[in-house]
Amino acid sequence: MNWETVIGLEVHVQLATKTKIFSAASTRFGAEPNTQACAIDLAMPGTLPVLNKQAVHYAVMFGLAIDAEIGKTSVFERKNYFYPDLPKGYQTTQLEKPIVGRGAVAIQLADGSTKSIRIHHAHLEEDAGKSVHEGDLPHGSSGVDLNRAGTPLIEIVSEPDMRSIEEAVAFAKKLHSIVTSIGICDGEMSQGSMRFDVNVSVRPMGTSELGTRTETKNLNSFKFMEEAIEKEVERQIDVIEDGGTIRQETRLYNGDTKVAKAMRSKEEANDYRYFPCPDLLPVIVSDETIEALRRALPELPDARQARFVEQYALSTYDAGVLSSDASTASFFETVATHCGNPKLAANWIMGELSAALNNAGLGFADSPVSADQLAGMVARIADNSISGKMAKQVFEAMWQGEGNADEIIDAKGLKQVSDSGALEKIVTDVLDANPTMVEDFINSDENKRKKKLGGFMGQIMKASKGQANPQQVNQILLQKLNELL
Amino acid sequence: MHNYTIAELVKGLQSKQFSSVELTQHFLARISQFNDQYNAVITVTADQALQAAQLADQRLAMGSAPALCGVPLLHKDIFCTKGVRTSCGSKMLDNFIPPYNATVVENFEQAGVVMLGKTNMDEFAMGSSNETSFYGPVKNPWATDCVPGGSSGGSAAAVAGRLAPGATATDTGGSIRQPAALCGISGLKPTYGRVSRWGMIAFASSLDQAGPMARTAEDCALLLNCMASFDDKDSTCVDRDVPNYSASLNKSVKGLRIGVPKEYFSEGLHPGTEAAVKKALADLEAQGAELVEISLPNSDLSVPAYYVIAPAEASANLSRFDGVKYGYRCENPKDLQDMYCRTRSEGFGEEVQRRILIGTYCLSAGYYDAYYGKAQQVRKLIEQDFVNAFNDVDLIVGPTCPSPAFKFGSKGDDPVAMYLEDIYTIATNLAGLPGMSVPCGMVEGKPVGLQIIGNYFDEARMLNLAHQFQQVTDWHTQAPEGIS
Repeated sequence: MNWETVIGLEVHVQLATKTKIFSAASTRFGAEPNTQACAIDLAMPGTLPVLNKQAVHYAVMFGLAIDAEIGKTSVFERKNYFYPDLPKGYQTTQLEKPIVGRGAVAIQLADGSTKSIRIHHAHLEEDAGKSVHEGDLPHGSSGVDLNRAGTPLIEIVSEPDMRSIEEAVAFAKKLHSIVTSIGICDGEMSQGSMRFDVNVSVRPMGTSELGTRTETKNLNSFKFMEEAIEKEVERQIDVIEDGGTIRQETRLYNGDTKVAKAMRSKEEANDYRYFPCPDLLPVIVSDETIEALRRALPELPDARQARFVEQYALSTYDAGVLSSDASTASFFETVATHCGNPKLAANWIMGELSAALNNAGLGFADSPVSADQLAGMVARIADNSISGKMAKQVFEAMWQGEGNADEIIDAKGLKQVSDSGALEKIVTDVLDANPTMVEDFINSDENKRKKKLGGFMGQIMKASKGQANPQQVNQILLQKLNELL
Repeated sequence: MHNYTIAELVKGLQSKQFSSVELTQHFLARISQFNDQYNAVITVTADQALQAAQLADQRLAMGSAPALCGVPLLHKDIFCTKGVRTSCGSKMLDNFIPPYNATVVENFEQAGVVMLGKTNMDEFAMGSSNETSFYGPVKNPWATDCVPGGSSGGSAAAVAGRLAPGATATDTGGSIRQPAALCGISGLKPTYGRVSRWGMIAFASSLDQAGPMARTAEDCALLLNCMASFDDKDSTCVDRDVPNYSASLNKSVKGLRIGVPKEYFSEGLHPGTEAAVKKALADLEAQGAELVEISLPNSDLSVPAYYVIAPAEASANLSRFDGVKYGYRCENPKDLQDMYCRTRSEGFGEEVQRRILIGTYCLSAGYYDAYYGKAQQVRKLIEQDFVNAFNDVDLIVGPTCPSPAFKFGSKGDDPVAMYLEDIYTIATNLAGLPGMSVPCGMVEGKPVGLQIIGNYFDEARMLNLAHQFQQVTDWHTQAPEGIS
C-alpha cells in the first residue's frame, strides 16, 4: 500500500530580548550556571512577574510577518507540572487567548511550486531551565541550571499541512528565515534558539481521515528533524503493515546516537490544569502599537527574494538562498553593490565563502573575510585583473588575514595578463613548440578537438605562469587553430 | 508607653518626649516578658531594631523625618524581610532567609519605622484560628483559651497585647478583619491593588491584599499612608495617587448613606454579636449617618466560590515549594518523585495539604468548568451585587464575623465550620473591595468587630467613618485583663 505522511510542527523560537520575559535577568547564552537567574527566575517566595514589553512587540511582529490575526487581548495562563528545571512548578504560557492567531507561511518546493502552510496560532511563554547530569555533582544527584529559565519564547503551532519531509524542512527553514529577517531571534540553532516538536502520522494514500499521531520533541537542527521524521514515518508504516496500531505518544530522538524512543503515552500525559495567571493582567496591544510595528517591520524574506531577482538579476533560486536570513542578505548586498557584479558576488558567496564558513562553523556575521574585502576581490575578477583560479588563492589569503585583495594580488604577483599582444605571442610560441600536438588536433574530428584544446590551454597557462587571462587565451587559441585547419 | 496610640507615639517622638531607642527597648522588653502567653511573635529582631531605632533618632534629631520615623512595628511573617527568616508559619520555610524586602517592609524601612520582629500566622495564611501554624497556635489576649482568629492572628494578638503599637497583616478572605474583630483592634484590608504584593508570599494571588492593624482607625490611616504605593514590581498594583488617609478623618458623617445588608443578619449570627453591631449602627445613625437596608443577594455563594478559587490559585502558588531550590527538603530522597512527595508531605501541614488537593481537583481536566469556571462566574455576580449596592450607598456596614472568639480545637474537626468564620468577609476579597473591622462591643468578655466595606479605593471614607465612630465609643481603648 502507498502511505501518505502528515506532519504538523510546533516550533519554539527564543526571542532576542536582552532580558527575560518576566524579570530583568540577562538572557545572554553561555554564562556560568545560575549566574543569570534572579529571585524571580528562582521562584523565590513573594516574587512576581512583570511582562517584558519587547517580547510582546516581537511576538506581534511575527504575527504581522505571517499576516496573522493579532490577539489584541491575550492572556497568560499557568501550565502546572513538577520538574526541577521549572522553578515555579508551573510554566507561564498562553492557551485560550494567544497573542498571534491564524496565519500562513508560504514555502517553496524544489520543483519551483509554492505551498501555503497554515499557522494555527503562536503564543508567548517562558522557557524552562536545564537539568545538568554531568560535571562536579555529588554521586547520584543532578544539578539544575536556571540561566535559561524565563527566556522569552514564542511557540508557533502549524496545522498538519505538510505531506513530506521536504515540506517540513522547507517550512522550518522558512520560519527560521522569517524570524531572523525581522530580527526577533538570533537563529542560533546550536544554542537552542529554535527547537522543533514534530507531530507525525501516516494514512493510506487517498484517504482523508488523519492517522494517530506521535510527537517527537525538542529537535534542535533541521538535520535531526529530517532524520527523526524519516525514522518515525518508517516505524509507523512498519507497525501498521505488521498489523499493529500506533499509540499516541511523546517520543524523543537523539541526533547523536540516531536512536528514537517513546517517552510517555497519552495515558501517562500530565493534566496541566491550565488557568489564567492571577499575577499578570491581560496583555492589551493597541491598534497604534500594531500599526507602528507594522510600519517598522523589516523586509520579509519573500519580498527580499523578489527584490533580489528584480534588482540584481539573480535567479529565483540564488535570490532565495541569499535572502533567507538577514545577515546573509546584508552581506550579499554589500558585496554586490561594492563590486558592481551581483551575479559574480552571488556565486562567490554561495560557493567558496559559504563552504569556508560552514567548515569553520561560522555565520556570515563572523566571516573572517568581510563583505568589503570580498567585494574588492570580486571587482578584480570582474575587471579581468585576476582569473577565477587566482581569485581562489586571493580568497585563501584573505581568509588567513593577509590583507585586502589588491594587497595580496600585488604581494603574490598574481596580476593576470590580458594584453592581447603578449597573449598572442605566448599562444604562437606554444603552438610552434608543439607541432605534433597541432598535427594531432588537425587530424581529429570535432568532438576530439574540443577535448584536445585543454592540452594547449595547460601548456599556455604554464608558459604564462598562470597569469594569462583564460577567456582571452581561449579565444586567441581557437582563432589560431582555426587558421590552421 | 505601650498604651499610646501610634498617633500619640508620633507626637511623643517628634516632641522628644521619648526616643525611638527607648520606645523600641520598651516594646522589646514587653515581647520578651509577655510573648510566652500569646505566642504572637515568632522572630524577634532585637539588635536590628535597636540599630534602626538609633538611626531613626538621628533622623528625628535632624528634624525632617517622615511621620512614622522611630515608631516600632511588627511584620506578619508572610512579608519577606531581607536577612531575616520568613517562614509564612510553615515548616517548609522554617530555614528560609530572603535576600530581599517586601515592598511593604521596604516602605516602612524607608520611613524609619523600626521592625521589632515577625508575627505568627496560620500556615501560608490558610486558617481562621491561627491553629495551623507550624510554630503553634497564637492565644487571644482577651481569653487565652480562645483563638485570636486568623490568619493574621499573631499580628492581632500582638497589637491587642500591646507588644507593638501596630502590625502589618494580610487578608485573602478575612485574615485581617476577622482576627482584628476577635482581638478587639482595628484592621483594614485595602482595595485589591492598593498595596504592593511584591515580597508577600502568595496564597491566592487574585485575593491577597496587605493592610495595617492597630488599635485605632486613626493609626490604621497613618500606617496605610506608608504602606500604600504604586509598585511596578507588582503588575496588579494600581497606578493611582495615594491620598493622605489622615486628612479626612475628622469629616462629619452626617448624611453618609450606610447600607446594611440584610443577608448579614441571618441564621448563624451570634445574638450577642448581632446586638453589638445593631447598637453600633444606632450610634452611627445618632451621629447623622443614614441607614439603608440593602440586599447582597449572592452573599451565600461567596464561601463556596472562595473555596474553589483560593485553593485553585494556592495549588499553583505553592508548587514552588518542592525541595529543589530553598526551604525544607526531606532526608535522603531515593529519587525525584520521593523527594517531591516526602518534602511536601512533611513540609506542609494538614490544612495546607487539604487546600492544595482541593485546588488541584478543581482545576483538573473534566472538573475545571464545573468548579473553577463556575466559581469565576459567581465571583462576577458577587462583584455586581456590590456595584449595584454602591449605586445607592456610600459604605456598607455589618458584622465582621458571626461570633466572638471560639475555643481552641472547637472547630478543628470540621473545616467547613471553620470556613464559615469568613462568611461576611470573603465577598469583599472576591470583589476586590476594601473592608475594615473596628471594635464595637463585648460578648462574654470577648470583643465584637464591626465591618465597614467601602467602594473601590474609598479607604479614606471608611477610615473617616471608623474614626468618627471611635470618637463616640471607647471599645477601641479597652485592654484585655492584665494589661495596664
